[in-house]
Amino acid sequence: MEETKASYQLSKHAGKKFWTPQRKEALVGWLFLAPEIIGMLLLNVFALGFSLYLSFTDWDLLSGVSGIKFAGFENYVHLFEDPTIWKALRNNILYTILTVPVPIIIALVLAVVIHSKVYFKDYFKVVFFIPYISSIIAIAAVWSALFHPSLGPINQFLMDLGISNPPKWLVDPKTSLIAIAIITSWAGLGYTIIIYMAGLSGISNELYEAAEIDGATGMKKFLKITVPLLRPTTFFLFITMLIGSFKVFDIISYLTEGGPDNSSTVIVFRIYQEGFVNYNMGYASAISWLLFAIIGLITAATWKMRQDDSF
Amino acid sequence: MQSLRKNISKIIATVFMGALSIFFIIPLLWMVSSAFKFEKDVMRFPIEWIPSSINVVNNFKAVWMNKVPFAQIYFNSFKVAIIVTVVSLIVSTMAAYAFTKLKFRGRNFVFAILLSLMIIPDQATLIPRFMLIRWMGLYDTHAAIILMSMFSIYFTFMLRQFMAGINDEYLEAARIDGAGQIRTFTSIMIPLCRPVIATVAIIKFIWSWNDYQNPLIFLQTKSLYTIPLGMTLFRDDYTTNDAIMMMAALSAIIPLLIVFVVLQRQVIDGIALGGVKG
Repeated sequence: MEETKASYQLSKHAGKKFWTPQRKEALVGWLFLAPEIIGMLLLNVFALGFSLYLSFTDWDLLSGVSGIKFAGFENYVHLFEDPTIWKALRNNILYTILTVPVPIIIALVLAVVIHSKVYFKDYFKVVFFIPYISSIIAIAAVWSALFHPSLGPINQFLMDLGISNPPKWLVDPKTSLIAIAIITSWAGLGYTIIIYMAGLSGISNELYEAAEIDGATGMKKFLKITVPLLRPTTFFLFITMLIGSFKVFDIISYLTEGGPDNSSTVIVFRIYQEGFVNYNMGYASAISWLLFAIIGLITAATWKMRQDDSF
Repeated sequence: MQSLRKNISKIIATVFMGALSIFFIIPLLWMVSSAFKFEKDVMRFPIEWIPSSINVVNNFKAVWMNKVPFAQIYFNSFKVAIIVTVVSLIVSTMAAYAFTKLKFRGRNFVFAILLSLMIIPDQATLIPRFMLIRWMGLYDTHAAIILMSMFSIYFTFMLRQFMAGINDEYLEAARIDGAGQIRTFTSIMIPLCRPVIATVAIIKFIWSWNDYQNPLIFLQTKSLYTIPLGMTLFRDDYTTNDAIMMMAALSAIIPLLIVFVVLQRQVIDGIALGGVKG
């Protein structure tokens, strides 16, 4: 806005000293911001608004823009009655429980050990990190072979241990989501460790030395110094992993397509299926808004938790 | 005495962690070893870590020289990842420069708005994005994926943090010497930011290489696929031949492993700098 006004005035007052250094700086500033602002407005703000509009319509995409029919709250009513949405929501929550708290605790312990108690620190950093940078799809391909119900090395190993009926992992509705949670936790642990190690390097050694003089043992130092001082890091990991777990999509799309029997379907996978497989653009938009509402709620709730200082 | 005890506990911890770390590479070692095997040997148990008979050439041929155009897919991945990295760096460094070193009304307000947009999940806007791309006539082109990945508040934020630490005197000196804003940006700011730009570039490259969702939504033609989506072609065609699947998986991550091994410090620092995918 300011740019166009500025250039208009420039032509009007040509000759006069309009381009003061401050104005020039402001113009350059807005020009430098322009690509990012335009991109963000278009792909986020406008897109979100448009998806809200679509969520009140009935539209199959193929019939063109003229085929958009207003449908009132129909999609949202359907949302409440749709059993696969409830299942997806339930699965998302289960997936969150499996992939957030436990990996955070394991990563915290491993990060502390790697940070101060081992030789070859760099080796460990790298090894735990390799799965994280590797393509999750390639990783999924490897694990889907490892998890093969009868021939896979994991079940062969379990049978060797005397377990005659090992889980069928990805092909059994009872275990499919657990198998996926194992894969993503395994692949993501290195990231969590790295973030914790960054947090640990910010804790001053003097605190530990002072505690040692007071006779504190390793466990006490961990609980009284390390854990409390890492609280901001834990908070950051908790909120981002929580949100991330509600956005899980690619590994599910590749490995199970939500199956078997919707046992691993999740919200985003429902958006994908309704929108890009069934072309129910209106309904898919309503599910999109469900996702946005969930993530908004999580953000608000965790933020409040932090202000109450319970984190 | 004290230090001896410390050393012993350190050795024990190292051995323990060493054992644990094996869990994190075993699936990948299994992938490498399987990529060398005949199909019938892949699932043999106990696992033959060093294959007794080797079929690596045929597996390689099946992945790279067969009806699935893997070489083409590989090339696509490089092309898209490189363009995405360059374009998004240009967009983000320019914005970060404006946010830190150019003074004008409204910049902090805009920054606050942009940050708050980070809570909008990508997938909540997928349907309108898809329509936009179709309306622009970019459906089923690489341009669609590039457009979807070139704006990142997250990278702008990282670059802004770094630029904020650069002393304004450098820039003022350039200005006194008569350099304009754009000149100051390209010949003073960019070189000063080289370390953080390199880090951001590597991370962006890795994420773009691994992106599955955007190609899945915006591409249809198989010869345009990038690697993660290309993996689905192998899954569908060779669902029973695990040796070929493992060769494909290995091929998919080799460039990442090379980047990582050569530049591990930058990769790790880049992730630690702030973390989440934007």
